[in-house]
Amino acid sequence: MTTAFLILLLPLVSALAILLGVKRNPGASALVSVGSAGLCFLLALPLLGADNDAAGSFTWLAVGGLRLEIGLEVGGLARGMLLVVTLVGLLVHVFSMGYMRDDEAKARYFAGLSLFMFSMTGIVLADNLAMMFIFWELVGVSSYLLIGHWFQKNSAAEASKKAFLVNRIGDFGFMIGILLLWGSLGTVNFGEMAGRLSEGGYDATLMNWAMVCIFCGAVGKSAQVPLHVWLPDAMEGPTPVSALIHAATMVAAGVFMLAKMAFVIAVAPTAAGVVQHVGALTALLAALLATQQADIKKILAYSTLSQLGYMVMAVGFAGAQHGGAAVGEVAANSGFFHLYTHAFFKALLFLGSGAIIYACHHEQDIWKMGGLRRSMPATAATFLIGTAALAGLPPLSGFWSKDSVLALAWDNNPLLFAVGAFTAFLTAFYMTRLCVVVFFGEPRGGGARGAKEVAPVMLAPLYVLAAGAVVAGFPFAYGWFIGGGGAGIAHPHGGKALFLTILIGLALAGIAAGYLLYRDREEEPFPLKALADKLYIDEAYLVVVRVFQDAVAYVAKSVDQLLIDGLLVRGSARLAAGVGGLLRGMQVGNLQGYAFLFGLGVVFVIYIITTAVR
Amino acid sequence: MTLLLIIFLPIIAAAAIGLGAPARLAALLASGANLFLGLVVALVVALKGDGEMHFESARQLLDSPELTLGFGVDGISATLVLLTVIVTFCAVLVSPARVAGRGEGLYYISSLLIAAGALGAFCATDLFFFYAFHELALIPTFLMIGLHGHGRDRVATAWKITIYLGAGSLVLLAGLIALYASLSPAGGATFDIAKLTELAAGGEVEPGVQAWIFLVLLIGFGTLVSLFPFHSWAAPAYAAAPTPVAMLHAGVLKKFGLYGMMRVAFPMLPEGFREPLWAGGWTPEDILLVLLLGNILYVGLVTISQRYLDRMLGASSVMHMGYAFLGIACLNAAGWGGAVFMMFAHGISIALLFALCGALRGRLDTLEMSRLGGLGARVPVTATLFAFAAFASLGLPGFANFASEITIFFAAFEGALGGDAAGLGGLQVATVLALWGVVISAVYMLRAYRNIFQGELGGDRRPDEVSPLERGVAVLMIAVLLLTGFFPNLILNLVGPALGLPH
Repeated sequence: MTTAFLILLLPLVSALAILLGVKRNPGASALVSVGSAGLCFLLALPLLGADNDAAGSFTWLAVGGLRLEIGLEVGGLARGMLLVVTLVGLLVHVFSMGYMRDDEAKARYFAGLSLFMFSMTGIVLADNLAMMFIFWELVGVSSYLLIGHWFQKNSAAEASKKAFLVNRIGDFGFMIGILLLWGSLGTVNFGEMAGRLSEGGYDATLMNWAMVCIFCGAVGKSAQVPLHVWLPDAMEGPTPVSALIHAATMVAAGVFMLAKMAFVIAVAPTAAGVVQHVGALTALLAALLATQQADIKKILAYSTLSQLGYMVMAVGFAGAQHGGAAVGEVAANSGFFHLYTHAFFKALLFLGSGAIIYACHHEQDIWKMGGLRRSMPATAATFLIGTAALAGLPPLSGFWSKDSVLALAWDNNPLLFAVGAFTAFLTAFYMTRLCVVVFFGEPRGGGARGAKEVAPVMLAPLYVLAAGAVVAGFPFAYGWFIGGGGAGIAHPHGGKALFLTILIGLALAGIAAGYLLYRDREEEPFPLKALADKLYIDEAYLVVVRVFQDAVAYVAKSVDQLLIDGLLVRGSARLAAGVGGLLRGMQVGNLQGYAFLFGLGVVFVIYIITTAVR
Repeated sequence: MTLLLIIFLPIIAAAAIGLGAPARLAALLASGANLFLGLVVALVVALKGDGEMHFESARQLLDSPELTLGFGVDGISATLVLLTVIVTFCAVLVSPARVAGRGEGLYYISSLLIAAGALGAFCATDLFFFYAFHELALIPTFLMIGLHGHGRDRVATAWKITIYLGAGSLVLLAGLIALYASLSPAGGATFDIAKLTELAAGGEVEPGVQAWIFLVLLIGFGTLVSLFPFHSWAAPAYAAAPTPVAMLHAGVLKKFGLYGMMRVAFPMLPEGFREPLWAGGWTPEDILLVLLLGNILYVGLVTISQRYLDRMLGASSVMHMGYAFLGIACLNAAGWGGAVFMMFAHGISIALLFALCGALRGRLDTLEMSRLGGLGARVPVTATLFAFAAFASLGLPGFANFASEITIFFAAFEGALGGDAAGLGGLQVATVLALWGVVISAVYMLRAYRNIFQGELGGDRRPDEVSPLERGVAVLMIAVLLLTGFFPNLILNLVGPALGLPH
């Protein structure tokens, strides 16, 4: 039993223990879950410096020419990701002890968190696509359970269902992609696949198709356009869940998977183009939508979408060339760099919003808050640090990682750089709007007036994450997360001064605009209904589903009943009735007789015919 | 001897009940003993692991044609025996202790006879008894739907399934006779499956003739498995059937058609599957791929539009048969292993769902899903059990259903695109389309769960929780699904050695 297996299995044990008995004692359930998360974090720490790639494997399923393994590898980006997952996971567990203290179904909540930690660790440590897919589905179900934690609310029930179904649509493509790779390369192990590809002789068109299909999985899980619609709704879940699953870790799994698949992206230029453009489009669209939301969690959700778009775009450049050298690993590293800095500051912002929502008695509308910097100074200070990091102010972590992402676009594609830079401006703008409305001015609602600073158990995680949001971008930190050696991260190759001036200038402009436009406002001064209503994309999908799925389903059902039943069965029944008069007066008594005759007759017929044939 | 005991124990118990023995006790004893014996058989076959027939017994009844009451199991039949004894035990447990009307005797007798018929068919080494035992199991199925079924239309539904499956059986019989006639050599006609398979390997039957016989068998067996478009008997029949009958037929007996394809059609018509029916025309393979997509996509959409839980479950079981056919159509060891595993997984999960559906039926005034809602707050244990069953059925990793489905999907692509093979073949295209069914399953299962258990309360219903007994049965079946889902090799190592394929 290697350490990696232990880290994988501990949360599963915790979830099972709670399900099978500890659940009768909610307090103990929380302790079991938090304890397992803490232990996992401690166990993961020494793995950072380890250089053993394979951490054990066994055959999960073998029949005929098929062999699927459960194998762990702790190498490359998996080390950094493991640390992100266990650290943020632990902090969210601790925060939840405060946030969910009075919840009726606390045991179920912590069982769900443990199940999530198990599933997420599985994705991080998987050494092959089949295993990754297994855990990919399992994070989906833990997300479903946690979004639907308050399932008695119609909105939460709908949101959890939507999240699962939209992800399944992405996974439909993901599975096709896995099968295409398996069919052509004969393996789904990451290392072996890379080996086969380096030998050459693969079909380039097929690789493009396979990568586009696999990307569908990331589009679902990382909520990229056009499958982004589930993530804002997923905010129906408890806020710590939003921080852990729908900001820091699970939604980033798509990016992590793409980064692991960078060696395929590198040989699939068309697919790489798709990845870049979908990422850029998501970054821009979500940032636009974020500027008009009134729900504090929805703003952060759209912000998450937008930042995930950055990461996806970055990894998409794995296929790009620069000065004759393949960007490959550098692009993957840059995407991952933004992934883990984002994990810190976005988890911070979500937990901060959780503290605010908790203090304001479950008020989520920013226009009913206001003035909270006086009543909740510690929360406000950490929240502002998170905002500055997200807006990309130097020297905070977001500045370094966002620069690294945009440097790829700067070098390779001016249009995508323009989109990314404008998104950076919007990011600074909508986050400033949020902070100005929530923390400044006067309280505008009862909840905000009565708000008090939250308990230390909830503040402590905020402090840790705020520290991370400040320092995570420094070289020593990315040495830990990405590894000091290797290809490193992207830097702009030419016009470095201009590049930095543009980005810092845009961030400052966004902050200034947000502050000037939203200072001392009582309500939204520039209502743009289309943006506030999410550009009616959800409604459009609803129509599509109604028309194409439900209508087709209804037609199919009618056909089923009329045609197949009517013609085939009733027809044959009438035929039988006409011929033998056997079915006249369909009574149960007759049925018995018929059944008996049927049995006898069958035996008799077989006997007669078989002897006759001979 | 062990197999004879397994097959005839339920018949003896049924006879004893007919003569006045306490029905529930006798049925429980017989099915409990069978559960133990079935486990022993599966364990022994797994440990031998040689792909041969075990526990063989034979009593020759006729010389010419050679007709033998013979039984034996290899890994494939042992898996299905295991499925049968588990589902039978659970079905007997959830049967009501008291039945109004004609009494519980018939209730338990029927379950036992269905089990005996299924076991006999799965273990028979003789074509005649293979067929006859299945017919034996059908009769109590028809009767129970007519006598103890639910709903006003139960008699009409009973007739419908009787006519439908009767017609299917006759088509099958015609195919079997054609097969038998074409294979029988001049002197020594035989019904022995192994000998017939040997004769078939001799390759004396024209490939074109093989294709046509194959098609007839496909329609015959297919009707029994509710292959599209011969499926419309299934959903109403399962909705009307008493709970144990629905569990046994959907879970066990329906697998007979798939088993027959693997045991009879493919081995005895080794070239029939891929031979064009006429020059340059469709092969049975093409037809099967289209029809199984009918099961997965068309019936999948039909399932989405069902309003009643029982009908939805019935339609869903039709849909999932498409995946089993897909595994068989792969025509490689992984595909067939996946198909047998799928039969096992689906058998347990659909029996579990029908058991829970039966529990809900007894406690609610309606199974119309849109009129329910929020019951998870009232009956959390029932809701949790149903959630496990629903997620198993929609193919969540960790449950056997997922493991078997992914085996089939990978099997369909095994070596399909490497080397010189360029582009997708018909099987791969069908698999890609079939994958959309994974989305469809999630839609109807999560909708059902949402509409029944989540959201605000629909009406003021205060149903009781499941009884401890029902809860135990459900937990047993969930445990089986999880165990074989976490460790699929438990089943695949049992099946694997037996997968000698015609090609």
